[in-house]
Amino acid sequence: MIEGTHEHKDETEEQIHIVSPRIYILIGATLLILTGTTAAVSFVELGPFNVVVALAIAVIKAMLVVLFFMHLRYSPRLTKLTAISGIFIFLGLISMTLADYISRAWGRW
Amino acid sequence: MSTATIVSLPDQSTARIPKVNFLTKENGLLSWLLTGDHKRIATLYLISITFFFFIGGALAALIRLQLLTPGAELMATDTYDKVFSMHGLIMVFFFLVPSVPATIGNFVIPIMVGAKDLALPKINLLSWYLYVIAGIMMIYTMSVGGVDTGWTFTTPLSTHYLNTHVVSAGLAVFVAGFSSIFTGLNFIVTIHKMRCPGMTWFRLPLFVWSNYAASVLMVLGTPVLAITLVLVVLERTLGIGVFDPAKGGDPLLFQHLFWFYSHPAVYIMILPGFGVISEVVSTFSRKRVFGYTAVAFSSVAIAVFGFFVWAHHMFIMGISNYSALVFSLLTMLVAVPSAIKIYNWAFTLYKGSITFETPMLYALGFMGLFTIGGLTGVFLGSTGTDIHLTETYFVVAHFHFVMVGGMLMSFLSGIHFWWPKWTGRMYPEKISQFAAVVTYIGFNLTFFPQFILGMLGMPRRYASYPPEFQVLNVFSTAGATVLGVGYLLPLLYLTWSLKYGAIAGENPWQATGLEWQIQSPPLTENFAETPIMDHEAYDYDWLERKQASEVASV
Repeated sequence: MIEGTHEHKDETEEQIHIVSPRIYILIGATLLILTGTTAAVSFVELGPFNVVVALAIAVIKAMLVVLFFMHLRYSPRLTKLTAISGIFIFLGLISMTLADYISRAWGRW
Repeated sequence: MSTATIVSLPDQSTARIPKVNFLTKENGLLSWLLTGDHKRIATLYLISITFFFFIGGALAALIRLQLLTPGAELMATDTYDKVFSMHGLIMVFFFLVPSVPATIGNFVIPIMVGAKDLALPKINLLSWYLYVIAGIMMIYTMSVGGVDTGWTFTTPLSTHYLNTHVVSAGLAVFVAGFSSIFTGLNFIVTIHKMRCPGMTWFRLPLFVWSNYAASVLMVLGTPVLAITLVLVVLERTLGIGVFDPAKGGDPLLFQHLFWFYSHPAVYIMILPGFGVISEVVSTFSRKRVFGYTAVAFSSVAIAVFGFFVWAHHMFIMGISNYSALVFSLLTMLVAVPSAIKIYNWAFTLYKGSITFETPMLYALGFMGLFTIGGLTGVFLGSTGTDIHLTETYFVVAHFHFVMVGGMLMSFLSGIHFWWPKWTGRMYPEKISQFAAVVTYIGFNLTFFPQFILGMLGMPRRYASYPPEFQVLNVFSTAGATVLGVGYLLPLLYLTWSLKYGAIAGENPWQATGLEWQIQSPPLTENFAETPIMDHEAYDYDWLERKQASEVASV
């Protein structure tokens, strides 16, 4: 009975990490500031970089929410791996789709 | 056919179904609709998917009747478009995707890992309710006039040119997607967290491994489909322009996103079927599955490779030549783990004590038909031959060999295999063996001519065809009627067996899985006490020793 459990020590001994209200307020404020930045930047003409900036800010915000509000930073490695697998698959989707768009202009081989 | 059998039933004159079991524990409709018991939810799913299977089957019958003659005599051409679209949508999203995982998987996975239930019983029930809501939305779509995009919702047809019910159909599939995400999530958490003491990863039955791989695909792939369908709905209603070249969008982007889910989706459908075949082949050969680890990891390999082959659906759609080359090579890679499985099952049979009960007949049928389906996939994965064969009946035949010849055969194999555990009663053996053979013959007669039709150039998705194709189409339609009998028979005799079947006892097949060591039908809690796994999976020597010691102690 014991052999089955000890190899999963880091999974079963999950302690619930208590995040101080200070961190929550800090992250919440950062998210609001970034939202304001997104809105402000949309009034500035940056050409194609408008999209890049908006997406970059959105990614940072999503990371803050996942890391702190959803406690990924304080989670066991298995949970982190689960989140990363989603990002890995998403990168596969984006990079291989874009590879098609980029190489279409190359013509025939 | 050999008459040897491994079936060992208790003495019918004294045997009784256990008074307390998951079916009799509580009574009344509410005890079913509010249940958290994975076995009851599996039963609800079984009834629902059977209902949709027969709707989808009726639509298939209409398609085959229409194609009996070269002209469009039976129905108008736009009606035909709706019929084949609804057939595809219902069969893919309401039968094939939930078929094995949500019914058989729901029923046996918690028992196989030695747990009392899935990790999240309420999410499991929610998953069934979402499925029912999605099903009602799909029936609504059908009753107000249906949809004629094909099951693929391809843009710009779906967004710009059709006035049928694309929005309600798309939202129905969206909701059904969440139902399958919840099932997958539940399996992943259960398999990670709820294994009984001693149940290490490499002692898990292979059915659990293959469902785990399918669950990963469900959780990672389905959200992409959901987002894509929302984009189609927004494009259609608000004209946001993601897929519209006039507004800077690209219709091919839709196909990239759609097939990014829908190619892995065929592995979501087939992987749990592989799991059933592993269990059945081992049980009816009395041997441990040959190369257990290779079979386990080939499921994971299929899940990973499956995500990087999607553009092989798009070779002629205008993607770049370089992309087509890369995706063609990657597609060939998937053949490797699939072949590992087929070879390992064949080696399991080698020198095994094979008996031919119904589940085994379906499993052997699966091995033949899936091999043909898989190998014709190689024709379609090669860019050169694909240009000739794509959008013809060759693709239809390939897909049906994999999904009907593969998945449906393994589903029926699994239903017969676990039926005694589920209901406590045996199905009638002779007539079910007959049904398995009828299914096999009917299937080949229906779909093999379609390979030839495709090679000759008959395009799919048309209500009429040139008269020279009629002979093969008559074969196909005739086969479909035989196939229909093959599917009606199990419905009839399985229902009959609920009341009149022989009492099965705990372990009619002399199988080794944990689910066969408990009463049938199981208790609501599955196990009277937490089991301890002290042997490898498929260890028939362990079973023999256990039975010997039971006899000695009595």
